Amino acid sequence: MNSIVESPEQAKQDDNYLNALKELLLQLADDDFITSFRGSEWLGLAPHIEEDVAYSSITQNTMGHAAMFYDLLEELGEGDANSIAHDRNAEQRRNGTYLEKRNGEGVYFEEPYYDWALTVVRSFFYETFKKIKMEAISGSSYKPLANVAKKVLMEQPYHLAHWKLWVSQLQASSEEAKQRMKERVLQAWDEFEDVLELGLHGSDMVKYQLITCDEEQLKAIWLERVSETLLDVPSNSLGKKYGNGRNGEHTDDLKKALSTLAEVYNRDKTAVW
Amino acid sequence: MDENNRIEDIRSVLKTVDDPELPSVSVYDLGMVYEIRVVAEDVHIKMVPTFLGCPALDFIQMNVKQAVEKIDWVGSCFVQFTMERQWSTDAITDKGKLELRKHGIAPPPEKYRPGDEWTVNCPYCESDYTSMENVFGPTACRSILYCSACRNPFEAMKPVVEQ
Repeated sequence: MNSIVESPEQAKQDDNYLNALKELLLQLADDDFITSFRGSEWLGLAPHIEEDVAYSSITQNTMGHAAMFYDLLEELGEGDANSIAHDRNAEQRRNGTYLEKRNGEGVYFEEPYYDWALTVVRSFFYETFKKIKMEAISGSSYKPLANVAKKVLMEQPYHLAHWKLWVSQLQASSEEAKQRMKERVLQAWDEFEDVLELGLHGSDMVKYQLITCDEEQLKAIWLERVSETLLDVPSNSLGKKYGNGRNGEHTDDLKKALSTLAEVYNRDKTAVW
Repeated sequence: MDENNRIEDIRSVLKTVDDPELPSVSVYDLGMVYEIRVVAEDVHIKMVPTFLGCPALDFIQMNVKQAVEKIDWVGSCFVQFTMERQWSTDAITDKGKLELRKHGIAPPPEKYRPGDEWTVNCPYCESDYTSMENVFGPTACRSILYCSACRNPFEAMKPVVEQ
């Protein structure tokens, strides 16, 4: 296989290359997709009106990123982007498990008691990671993917800066804010690790230079970057309490999210929008 | 009509197709047109999206197609978004910047590099006595600001450049 793959047709010529590429695209798409879904559940509920505008704008754009990755899968023959997004069960999903965690104890249509500290910590951790993964993919051997990554990198700094600011502000805020942030960081530490991993096809992704960093490098860079902002970096090692989402292991929170977000889609799968 | 004239024909039409979320600013002046190809009587246009999450892209695609197909010599027009080149705010033309200002939107800064300080002059009174109210605005590409000189709220286009 050539070092640079210019088109979907060319990628389809090598099954191993194609499989590794599809797995990587599913990770990217599913991460952004579930992150946007969790973000959309905050609509109208954010702490203040300006935050509602900001967070919904970030969420909408993140969904746009997910759509680009689903489009790349469609070009590779995985079916229509809309059905890839809506019509796969939890076992077929490749997002990190921490990203699917529900926003809090409440339920959207009843009592949406959500936790802002969770959202701030999660968004900051995820956007920091996303930037690193995009940087490692902007040099991908699959040209159409490298192009999308470059574009995402031009937009995403606004997302990351937003959440970094929230972390810094809350860490310097009231005792309650400091405490709640600390608790959520500690909790994330036990749950975040699979987000940083590449799953069963990870070594192929690196071998074919679909991504120019391996798992260990992704973890090391992420740790270094979040440590620049976090006042207290937990000393224990990262864990993946809920399993490895990259290999299709998921929680009930994802199953519930999927049934909610695909409710309209499932009612009439052939509807034209 | 030779090829150059035909392309010029299409260009002048593209200058009349506005971004649905920025009336009076054409997709041409926003720098969204990447390539125009004429094959016999068919026209193939490649465009670059501004922001990936922009919900107006489908409408833009449709509006461009319809406008170009109104040209009498054009058979069909095919519009495709490409990622071969990444749109940046540097692609906005001077005319585009002028139209943005008329619409109450400060144009993005010139020659902006990541990490540079971003100063915004009020599109109404030109004052630089302005403050950022929200980096995020009504669309992904805009921010909300306030002018303390003329006391008007206004918007600005975020700089989007290669990192």
